[in-house]
Amino acid sequence: MEEPAATVGVLALQGDVLEHEAAFADVGVVTRRVRRPADLDGIDGLVLPGGESTTLSMLLESSGLFEPIAQAIARGLPVLGTCAGLILLAGRVEDGRGDQRTFSALDCAVRRNGYGPQRFSFEGVAEPVGDVLDAVGPLPAVFIRAPLVTEVWGGAEVLATESSQGSGGRSAPVVLRQGHVLGASFHPELTGDRRLHRLFAQMAGRAERAPAGSHARPATGSLGRRPSGEPAPARR
Amino acid sequence: MGVMATANGGRATGTFTVKRGLADMLRGGVIMDVVDAEQAKIAEDAGAVSVMALERVPADIRRDGGVARMSDPALIDGIQQAVTIPVMAKARIGHFAEAQVLQALGVDYIDESEVLTPADEAHHIDKWAFTVPFVCGATNLGEALRRISEGAAMIRSKGEAGTGNIVEAVRHLRAILGDIRKITQADSAELYAWAKELRAPIGLVQEVAETGKLSVPLFCAGGIATPADASLVMQLGAEAVFVGSGIFKSQDPARRARAIVEATTHFEDAEHVAKVSRGLGDAMRGEELSELSERLAERGW
Repeated sequence: MEEPAATVGVLALQGDVLEHEAAFADVGVVTRRVRRPADLDGIDGLVLPGGESTTLSMLLESSGLFEPIAQAIARGLPVLGTCAGLILLAGRVEDGRGDQRTFSALDCAVRRNGYGPQRFSFEGVAEPVGDVLDAVGPLPAVFIRAPLVTEVWGGAEVLATESSQGSGGRSAPVVLRQGHVLGASFHPELTGDRRLHRLFAQMAGRAERAPAGSHARPATGSLGRRPSGEPAPARR
Repeated sequence: MGVMATANGGRATGTFTVKRGLADMLRGGVIMDVVDAEQAKIAEDAGAVSVMALERVPADIRRDGGVARMSDPALIDGIQQAVTIPVMAKARIGHFAEAQVLQALGVDYIDESEVLTPADEAHHIDKWAFTVPFVCGATNLGEALRRISEGAAMIRSKGEAGTGNIVEAVRHLRAILGDIRKITQADSAELYAWAKELRAPIGLVQEVAETGKLSVPLFCAGGIATPADASLVMQLGAEAVFVGSGIFKSQDPARRARAIVEATTHFEDAEHVAKVSRGLGDAMRGEELSELSERLAERGW
């Protein structure tokens, strides 16, 4: 199977940028670091990596990236968020800071550090739901002070779950997809399993390339085409 | 003390991947020393990726003298309740009982630190025996590799804490990264001589030769007082910065903290660093190294 040629932007304000770059290199995708609005021009997808979500929120605002990214997601730019990146995509954040803004692109609620402090961070497995990710069984998954998905509604589709004690014996969703938005509460970039990055490469390969200067244009109008799935308008 | 990883309902906690993973998530960020919940809030509001809880910042430890120990657990509790970002705390070099207490308190990272008074003059803590990850200071590559061999999941330069003087941190970063560059040029026979000279395990030396980097993230600590200091050490190759006395010993901690966070992210963009450096008020006063009576960086072996 031939991988689509795509350039994926990796938000490089803080966090595990290198690991995502290496993961995309493994699946033949070119990456570009995104630190300012002009870096968004012409990318086919955007990754919000792991890191500290409070820090990332602040730096997204101060670097002038929050609004252009919100508009690009609303226009259909494929986006992948892992751990802190999932928090930035969630519709609702429990136990977060009152002033924490998200892109509200995934119909789910997350509880920050929902699995506990670092001593409860763990390596486990994510069990695929349906056939989107299931090629060779469970995905190895590294959870680091991970957000716990506490609720899923609307257009969000659960692609994998994790169940073991700590989440109250219940099974919690750990991979979600809503149209062009993909989120994982763990770090696929810290394992050797490239299924999620390959899936995102396909999503980015199918999307229309963001035109140069698109970050400066309004969210609606002729650029408002969405390649697939549900529209996910940015909300505060 | 047994194996570090424990199975917990199919979950393996305390693995090296999980320990260094948190260090990976902190890259590009600023870890700030705080002495109480109020300072911790200021640090979090300014965009710190983590706070280091301690009783006195290094500048005060230096001024007051006496034995510097692990913080009061009540103080650590208060800081943990005040913020959502990871909380680190310091244990004395070799004081594994302090580290056990910190682990029991649920701190997210332990700094086995030369800033506190050493408890053991020959041995560092066996960090493999813990679920919680450790960061350790180093002045050169040999020291860094010895700490990694003991289980450290993050290395930071020692610098000279509490001085507001960046010169030692620069020396340590250049020493570590310069030797890494040299080792990548060495042939396989020379690596044994390097291991002997560095007093480091040959396996780790061979790994450095192969990958051109440490097997754990390398952060900078000890003397950072300005946004330009942060930019300097990031450009030299540090992956994140610790700021100790530099924030809360300055005139306007909230603004300076925020400016250092911005400069650490946009370290390659001098215009951005210039913008955030404007009108921050006085930095901490700082100390000339030749006037010091004691070098904290000489602690540790």
